[in-house]
Amino acid sequence: MKTTNDSGGDVRLTGIGKTYGAFTAVHPLDLTVPQGSFFALLGASGCGKTTTLRMIAGLEEPTTGTVHLGDQDVTHLPPYKRPVNTVFQSYALFPHLDIFENVAFGLRRRGIKSVKKQVEDMLELVQLGEQARKKPHQLSGGQQQRVAVARALINHPKVLLLDEPLGALDLKLRRQMQLELKRIQTEVGITFVHVTHDQEEAMTMADTVAVMNAGRVEQLGAPADLYENPRSTFVANFLGTSNLIEAEVDTRSGDDIVLRAGGGKLVLPAARCTAPTAAGGKVLVGVRPEKISLTHADDAGSIPEGRNRITGTIADASFIGVSTQYVVDSAVCPELAVYAQNVERDGRLVPGAEVVLHWSPAHTFGLDADQDIDAGVGSVEEEAA
Amino acid sequence: MPVVTWLKRRLVVIAGLITLGYLLLPNIVVTVFSFNQPKGRFNYEWQQFSTAAWQDPCGVSGLCGSLSISLQIALWATIGATVLGSMIAFALVRYRFRARGAVNSMIFLPMAMPEVVMAASLLTLFLNLGAQLGFWTILIAHIMFCLSFVVVAVKARVMSMDPRLEEAARDLYAGPVQTFLRVTLPIAAPGIAAGALLAFALSFDDFIITNFNAGSTVTFPMFVWGSAQRGTPVQINVIGTAMFLVAVLLVLTAMVISNRRTKRKA
Repeated sequence: MKTTNDSGGDVRLTGIGKTYGAFTAVHPLDLTVPQGSFFALLGASGCGKTTTLRMIAGLEEPTTGTVHLGDQDVTHLPPYKRPVNTVFQSYALFPHLDIFENVAFGLRRRGIKSVKKQVEDMLELVQLGEQARKKPHQLSGGQQQRVAVARALINHPKVLLLDEPLGALDLKLRRQMQLELKRIQTEVGITFVHVTHDQEEAMTMADTVAVMNAGRVEQLGAPADLYENPRSTFVANFLGTSNLIEAEVDTRSGDDIVLRAGGGKLVLPAARCTAPTAAGGKVLVGVRPEKISLTHADDAGSIPEGRNRITGTIADASFIGVSTQYVVDSAVCPELAVYAQNVERDGRLVPGAEVVLHWSPAHTFGLDADQDIDAGVGSVEEEAA
Repeated sequence: MPVVTWLKRRLVVIAGLITLGYLLLPNIVVTVFSFNQPKGRFNYEWQQFSTAAWQDPCGVSGLCGSLSISLQIALWATIGATVLGSMIAFALVRYRFRARGAVNSMIFLPMAMPEVVMAASLLTLFLNLGAQLGFWTILIAHIMFCLSFVVVAVKARVMSMDPRLEEAARDLYAGPVQTFLRVTLPIAAPGIAAGALLAFALSFDDFIITNFNAGSTVTFPMFVWGSAQRGTPVQINVIGTAMFLVAVLLVLTAMVISNRRTKRKA
């Protein structure tokens, strides 16, 4: 096995782009995936994430830019000369070969004669030792998925590429395989680049997530950072749910910006605002549904000072066990979403009730109003359909 | 009514057996009459049992010569049509090029055109080119009309092949040649084999096109036709029966092999 103390597992994409005729699949982008990390490319279908992955694999020739693995320029190397292996969507196991030969394929092509021990060890790692002589179609979806991982990993690639590897599995199995893949990655220490449209999957597994939209990287960062500090409406809506309220800059006081929305005032930390903050400018104020507290209008006096507040009427409430999801109509913004943990439920919070929504200004983020407020909404559902 | 119930329960089996009988009856007649000892020159009435024709299958002048020519043409036509047809099928499924749609439908033309028309126009073409009619003109004609059938058979298989399998092979250190030999060819093999078998059968028993373009060369179907004018030797039935048996044996062997393979794997 190769030692990995050199920077051999770094993936560096420099100005890499891909166009098909007049259609631009990937706009020139720079991306560095550090050695040993678990990196996710997240986006809806057609956003260019798979094309980017295929350019790293060598299955797609970039129109512009270069691909480096460590210090080696592999831009013009064919896939069979790159120290990179791929776990394909729907696995692409060879139907005419049994499981053992599928896993041994890469070793044999590189002229390694004694493959038995290595293949058996690898099948043990993915818990398929018993199935070695079966054909792929005789295995379940989850087992096929593990064969695909074993077939790629046995070659000790510098980078393992995963193209929607869990897309064909049912929800429960998918959760299980997410943990399994994460465990394998920690165990072997190989750089993983994972393409997915499932934001939960990306956040659960990856150290770093790059959110892609229409051939560009919208934002890159650790999952928690992306979730807490989205810098565009697409990221705010695509990763979880966001309430976005149109507001106007009123004044600036110290580190905070005071905004007018409807008749009320909202406070936003200047550091969390990516929009220009000149007085009179438009800003989209964002807050996540679970950061908002709901109080019945009769108890409005008990709300501490200094919190952002909006009044409204409950339009809908759905009880889903651990939490209740409310939709609140307000003059400021129709259909605000609020998720409340079911710790102590207030029996008065039923549809039609007058309520006050309030949250800490620290949980507020500001976005440039000059973009589509609904970008990224529903992209996940489209993909699932 | 137990008889009616009995019949109802076995209706599918009975219908199947009758159909099978309908299909096999001509072969049985050919086989039975290969053991006949006809009185005159025509082998159309049962006289008495004899194995004379089986002991001397080449006893009729020209028969075995024509058989050998037919087998040679069928072999070369199969090889030619299978190689060309497979390449066309891959090109049509895998690549997007100008006039792909037109080529796709033109490939079917030889199948749809009446054989007699094709035979006559081929003859006109050969005569105008000043070609010497014989083995080569027959071979060219056979490759031409077998091609469409091979393309159809292979195309169906290639269409159901996942192109990601080849990408996976390339990703796993197989160069273009290795990818083709280790992944593409083995997976496409059943389609190619079906196309080749079809080509062999079509070429071996073609009469119309061959008759037009053969010149003085005589293939087995032409020999049978020719002798039917003057009297049918029993040897024709012997050759027919032998061909049938060889085909049945091949099918049985293939079945036994694939059965064993599945049993061993399971």
